[in-house]
Amino acid sequence: MSFFLSHFNYIAVAILMMAGLFVLFSSGNLIKRMIGLAIFQTSTGLFYISLAKVFGGTAAIAVEPGSSEARELASRLDPAYVAQYGVDGVVYSNPLPHVLILTAIVVGVATLAVGLAIAVRVREAFGSVEADEIDVLSRVEATQPGPQA
Amino acid sequence: MDSVLSWIGGGFVVAGVALSLLGAIGVLRFPDFYTRIHAASITDTGGASLVLLGLCLIAGLTLTTLKLVFVWVFVMLTTPVAANALANAAFSSGHKPRIGTFQIVRTDERRKTPRGPDAP
Amino acid sequence: MTALPSSFDVTLALDIVLLVMLLVVAGAVARTRSLLAAIIMFSVYSLISAVWLVVMDAPDVAFTEAVVGAGVSTIILLGAILLTRGEAERPDWRRLIAPALACIAVGGLLVFAAIGLPGLGDAASPANAYVGRAYLEATPKDIGMPNVVTAVLSSYRSFDTLGETTVIFAAGVGVALMLGFGPRASLAPPSAVIGDHHVVPRVAAKLLIPLVALFAFYVQFHGDLGAGGGFQAGVIMAAAIILHALVFGLRETMAAIPPRVARSLASLGVLLYAGIGVICMMNGGGFLDYDYLFPPSVEQQIPGWLLGDSEHAHHWGQHFGIMLIELGVLLTVSATMVTIFYGFGGRTVEAARQEAKQ
Repeated sequence: MSFFLSHFNYIAVAILMMAGLFVLFSSGNLIKRMIGLAIFQTSTGLFYISLAKVFGGTAAIAVEPGSSEARELASRLDPAYVAQYGVDGVVYSNPLPHVLILTAIVVGVATLAVGLAIAVRVREAFGSVEADEIDVLSRVEATQPGPQA
Repeated sequence: MDSVLSWIGGGFVVAGVALSLLGAIGVLRFPDFYTRIHAASITDTGGASLVLLGLCLIAGLTLTTLKLVFVWVFVMLTTPVAANALANAAFSSGHKPRIGTFQIVRTDERRKTPRGPDAP
Repeated sequence: MTALPSSFDVTLALDIVLLVMLLVVAGAVARTRSLLAAIIMFSVYSLISAVWLVVMDAPDVAFTEAVVGAGVSTIILLGAILLTRGEAERPDWRRLIAPALACIAVGGLLVFAAIGLPGLGDAASPANAYVGRAYLEATPKDIGMPNVVTAVLSSYRSFDTLGETTVIFAAGVGVALMLGFGPRASLAPPSAVIGDHHVVPRVAAKLLIPLVALFAFYVQFHGDLGAGGGFQAGVIMAAAIILHALVFGLRETMAAIPPRVARSLASLGVLLYAGIGVICMMNGGGFLDYDYLFPPSVEQQIPGWLLGDSEHAHHWGQHFGIMLIELGVLLTVSATMVTIFYGFGGRTVEAARQEAKQ
């Protein structure tokens, strides 16, 4: 397997991450920025899961040792490889990054909601979600204080 | 016997994938919204049904088959309703289907409908 | 890389195809000006990455990504553009140069750093050969449940998960404080005659909502045997409630599940989770050490045949502890998602104007 193929995932994840970062930096629209942030966040998860993959591994749900399923999974692989890296005769992928990303996804949607709620309030206060317009409006407000200020 | 069934199942899966591809091309090529929904729902129902049928044949009589049947029932319950809801929403917001002969125009003259203020 | 299994070729092909699809979709999101299109494409992005996660042997994560990314976050984003606007301004191209250069620089550094990483699927890499393997080997002895992801999530790293649950709860509180707990102005009253337009979705929703709720409970209680758990089940349950609100109107849903109940359930979930930890401490263990969940007097009452042999011991404390904290996660996640939805759905433009007048 060539070096490019074995590292393709990392390169792809880096490009995805930069696509998210580019949207986050370049767009003036607050909602669009939140979408960029979400892409950035998801691609971080993809990176972790890429690291957790093991050759010929199966999902980290224990197969009964010695069952027909375990034998079938082991028969696809080299016995020496299974003996070295398998647990009870079955090769599994690494469960730990799965745990980290599983919770991160749900926390991600909760924080996305907080960001969007802020955007909604900004729109109600300034009538816009474009960063440039908000900038202009807030300067106007600073020079002409409102009635109750 | 098993290998024969899995070959037939594989054939069904390929047929389903081909149907999905046709549906995708249809979504891109059809002239107006309503014909495009028609193409998309063929992907959802026809394509998915054939793929699931093929997978059932490959899996044989196991618990997996039962799960696949449940998936099929779920797909059959949801996707026609989604297509119906889409067409309904388009029609009630005043989107007229194109009737008669038509020619491909470069820019679609899409009417911008104002957003309703209080739909959830 | 001596023993290259033949099945890996298929995995690698799928992996590359799906990643290329993700790249295309991400590029389309960056290009489009319409926010609606960007949101739908982000939903597609989530769905493709869920498929990719299944290829990468992470069904639990794929489940979560499919429900959260393609379901709930799409609805929240749609609610947000409804309250703001649907089109983004196209920035001047000169404004794009600096971000593009920064991204190219950072991306180049990342690719440069990735050269030193172990290749995809390397079983001998430190992360896979030591930490991951240790969890895989210890779980059957310590906890005795097949799904190692659930075991690590809710037992070994339960303190971490408590933190995550609290963050979700705090985010729900934050959204509710900013957007309100429900409708401020009176929502449009439901018309006396149900319109002909919505008969089909209503009938289908009546069939579907109980099924979706049942499926959520299956995911919840099957989580220690297969893919699933409190996070996924919580979001699926919230999706069932949100579907009800979308089809029958927010008013009907709020009559069934008042915002006050949703709020209380969200805090009850965190309380249940932390309470289990305190009970373990009271029985002489560490915080969230489920082996001490039952006091010794109860442990002695368990008959010997239920304990299993010493090789495959039945860990009753672990089983009940994980079940209870997963229930806490379910309550918090589902109730928080519903609260967030109420916040976005209940805030009409008129309500905001009315609030500004006062």
